[in-house]
Amino acid sequence: MDAQERIRQQVTGNPVVLYMKGTPQFPQCGFSASAVQILKACGVERVFTVNVLEEPEIRQGIKEYANWPTIPQLYVNGEFVGGSDIMREMYQSGELQKLLTGEKTPS
Amino acid sequence: MNLAAAIRERLAALDPQSMDLLDESGKHAGHAGAKAGGSHFRLTIVSPRFSGKDQITRHRMVYEVLGPLMQRDIHALAIRAFAPDEL
Repeated sequence: MDAQERIRQQVTGNPVVLYMKGTPQFPQCGFSASAVQILKACGVERVFTVNVLEEPEIRQGIKEYANWPTIPQLYVNGEFVGGSDIMREMYQSGELQKLLTGEKTPS
Repeated sequence: MNLAAAIRERLAALDPQSMDLLDESGKHAGHAGAKAGGSHFRLTIVSPRFSGKDQITRHRMVYEVLGPLMQRDIHALAIRAFAPDEL
């Protein structure tokens, strides 16, 4: 399976997907750390994360998939949402919480 | 020409009303991505061309004019993009 097909399966098979450098516990880049913090602040409990540092093909492939040259990248319900700057703006305006509300597991 | 100047020159293609490009590379000295130096930037850009466009589109416009700089020279770029009437 090529990288584009793997990415397509990841983003359509999981409601919330974050491509990042490092892991949520040990982010390897400030922008990725910020993206993880924002998702936590939104109360998202289940995020499928992909550490692109361990997946060189995905690291390159994800830039082509969304026509977006930087990482992190957030996907919700298969749709590209943006990188960490856009996530922050959407969080501050409340838009991101709305987008993610449908994805929270009922408590 | 240094990298910041090269970035400004390319961004001129977006007809910015104003732009503020901050070199934050010093903050990242020592970490792996900063080895080459001069590669972390924070950009605030205001352009009438952003009117009526969502943030994803605006960021893509910035990435597009930066072209190879984005792939090769810039390690990190934080972007805030506004239309003039949003300030």
